[in-house]
Amino acid sequence: MEKLLAWIDDRFPLTKVWKEHLAEYYAPKNFNFWYYFGSLALLVLVIQIVTGIFLTMHYKPDTELAFASVEYIMRDVEWGWLIRYMHSTGASFFFIMVYLHMFRALLYGSHRHPRELVWLIGMFIYIALMAEAFMGYLLPWGNMSYWGAQVIVSLFDAIPVIGPALSEWLRGDFVVSDATLNRFFAFHVIAIPLILVALVFMHIVALHQVGSNNPDGIEIKKTKGADGLPVDGIPFHPYYTVKDIVGVTVFLMIFAAVIFFAPELWGWFLEPDNFVPANILQTPSEIVPLWYFTPFYSILRANVYNFFWIDAKLWGVIFMGLSIVIFFFLPWLDRSPAKSIRYRGKMYKTALGVFVVSFIILGYLGTKSPEVVSLFWFKNVFWVQGFTVLYFAFFFLMPLYTKFDKIKPVPERVTWK
Amino acid sequence: MSNEVVNPRRRRLLAITSGLGVVGTALAVTPFVLSMLPSARAKAAGAPVEVDISKIESGQLLTVEWRGKPVWILRRTPEMLKSLPEVDPLLVDPESTVVDQQPAYAQNVPRSIKPEFLVLVGICTHLGCSPDKRLEAGAGSGLGDNWKGGFFCPCHGSKFDLAGRVYKNVPAPTNLVVPPHAYLSDSRIIIGADQRGTA
Amino acid sequence: MRKLLILMLILGLPSGVLAAGGLKSCGTVECDRVNIDLGDKASLQNGARIFVNFCLSCHSASYMRYNRMGHDLGISEELVKGNLTFAAEKVSDLMKAVMPKEDARQWFGVAPPDLSLIARSRKPAWVYTYMRSFYRDNKSPSGWNNVVFANVAMPHVLYEWQGDQRAVFKKDVHGVEVFDRFEIERVGTMDPKEYDRAMRDLTNFLTYLGEPAKLVRYKIGVYVLIFLAIFLVFAYLLKKEYWKDVH
Repeated sequence: MEKLLAWIDDRFPLTKVWKEHLAEYYAPKNFNFWYYFGSLALLVLVIQIVTGIFLTMHYKPDTELAFASVEYIMRDVEWGWLIRYMHSTGASFFFIMVYLHMFRALLYGSHRHPRELVWLIGMFIYIALMAEAFMGYLLPWGNMSYWGAQVIVSLFDAIPVIGPALSEWLRGDFVVSDATLNRFFAFHVIAIPLILVALVFMHIVALHQVGSNNPDGIEIKKTKGADGLPVDGIPFHPYYTVKDIVGVTVFLMIFAAVIFFAPELWGWFLEPDNFVPANILQTPSEIVPLWYFTPFYSILRANVYNFFWIDAKLWGVIFMGLSIVIFFFLPWLDRSPAKSIRYRGKMYKTALGVFVVSFIILGYLGTKSPEVVSLFWFKNVFWVQGFTVLYFAFFFLMPLYTKFDKIKPVPERVTWK
Repeated sequence: MSNEVVNPRRRRLLAITSGLGVVGTALAVTPFVLSMLPSARAKAAGAPVEVDISKIESGQLLTVEWRGKPVWILRRTPEMLKSLPEVDPLLVDPESTVVDQQPAYAQNVPRSIKPEFLVLVGICTHLGCSPDKRLEAGAGSGLGDNWKGGFFCPCHGSKFDLAGRVYKNVPAPTNLVVPPHAYLSDSRIIIGADQRGTA
Repeated sequence: MRKLLILMLILGLPSGVLAAGGLKSCGTVECDRVNIDLGDKASLQNGARIFVNFCLSCHSASYMRYNRMGHDLGISEELVKGNLTFAAEKVSDLMKAVMPKEDARQWFGVAPPDLSLIARSRKPAWVYTYMRSFYRDNKSPSGWNNVVFANVAMPHVLYEWQGDQRAVFKKDVHGVEVFDRFEIERVGTMDPKEYDRAMRDLTNFLTYLGEPAKLVRYKIGVYVLIFLAIFLVFAYLLKKEYWKDVH
């Protein structure tokens, strides 16, 4: 066995990789609950790839056959229903894990110096994931799939001059059609997964270059012992592998509970309208993307005014694009000397709280008709506008409130027990 | 920090957890493996086929599909049946001793339930081509004056007689397969099922 | 913990407050409750019988196979073959409508939709309420209308069972005509309770038809969760054991 290992190590850095990334990767010992979601997101990626491969064996990317082939998987293929539910539930769980993972960064300043690249790569992963989810959602060729794709691709129409040509090029037709389905399939099963895997690899390499952040937001590499190792660090393996196994098990229990007991999650994960085959003559009464896109969908619909020679539709697209792109600038918008929320003042805590609430309410209102009067005599669209302003305020005012915020003294060593 | 001192509790817990982990992984993998078996649709498409054989004239061959394979139903003339024992010396397995190539009720000289009707899977036992029908005897078949009628595989030249038995010195190792079949009446047969059940 | 509670409150608040308003759950009326029990084999079998005898003439359930239905509902293959497969050659065939789609389109103006997934795209309560809400309407081409699905093209197929209903409308506070109640014009062969029970069986069957895997997935789910719970105990003990090292 040892000989074999030596033989391999001469030719491939197996032991070296094992040591650098697991056995001798020193992670801060004070990781808390929020530090599970990175490895869980990785787990969901693996689940999606494996279930995706098996679904591809039975699925047909053809407008005449796609819907029936999904029902074929649900009924005729042995255990097909389980694989399909794992994939559809996995899509939503991917976003849950990623949103919690991103929120962790905002809590403890994981996106800040020296981890800006980790954050940027992560943002690219997030965008690739959105593209992956959007294209995957067309594949069942249900009525919501069809109209959702129709609406989202039409957004590109709003881009001046090249817009209409661009959306035709994306669809390969004048409406969403067989050509669109076929290419979305290609992107969903090959192109974007490859990009995702490559980006995830880079995300981890970049993280291991700088080392993990922790709930105190301090650098453990600054305090090293006589052996040259961080005093507050512990080897990832076995300590965090055994800890992550606990996290994975709890995750799997929740995941399994949804798959086996509520795979539709009352319409939040699988929409009733998508159990009707695509009908080019009949739009569902309300076209709503799945929950993970609804905050941005809300922002898209927020603006109803034409101003500065630009019409409302294009403004909507600009605001929506900005609401995502702005995340890239977070490491530089934040001017606070403290990284972790533990040592920050009231201003950042309030701002983050308001942002999270805005994000959730925008997400909720994104599933509702803008014209309906919901709360306190105001139509939804007014609420959406208000929370959109708060959403952007979190970013645009950040240089100010993080600079003037009162911070508590940051300790030299991590707090532990 | 991490001490490699043998800690019995730690070792025991590690063993139980990894054991359960292996079991769990195996259970999780099972549905994926099983999903690759023939689906309900494949099974439905491969269901037994009923064929009306009353319309087949003597000396004629009818091809039907069963499980995506061609199945030949040949109504043999008395002359054809008479020629069968004559080619015995030229065959690899004239007695049909290879059990897998036919059900027990077709392990006889004409390799059929009723001598007149031969039911064969039209797939060469060599590499899966479908042989040509060369039913007439003699030089007209292109297989020489001594040809007694049978099947000739264009892929690699395997030859079979009018009971689907393979000739010597050809690549195909065994006789053509007789599928399970049964008579529902004098004029109807079912292919893919017999008294012992559905294949 | 306190923060978590506040978060949950904030999360829960809008859904509770904003849920009010919007259209009624079943067209112009609220859906009636229906007791769905996929463990009730007799009910499912009766529903299957009604479905195959009445619905399948015009509607397909083209993602479902007869033999799968028979197997799942405990109906023997001979029985399925003899009594349920009017439109099919083999018991393993898909459940296609007797009437060709084009003929149906000409008759009703629209092709009757496939019913495989009707209980998933609409809800079981919708199906149940719909099947009991037909009423006589001379203005409609078929002579029938439905308070759940206004101006529906489908005639009331089971009127011999239910009898003829007349819908009574009244003016609400805004002066808009709203549905008030049904009045029986002609008594059917079933009394209302029997008819409701038959429609409950049919709805139960359609719920099964929408997702046959539902019959097994709850049971498998329980086993999976039990296994994971046991695994969790040992994984947690192992984690605690290792983390004794960390000071």
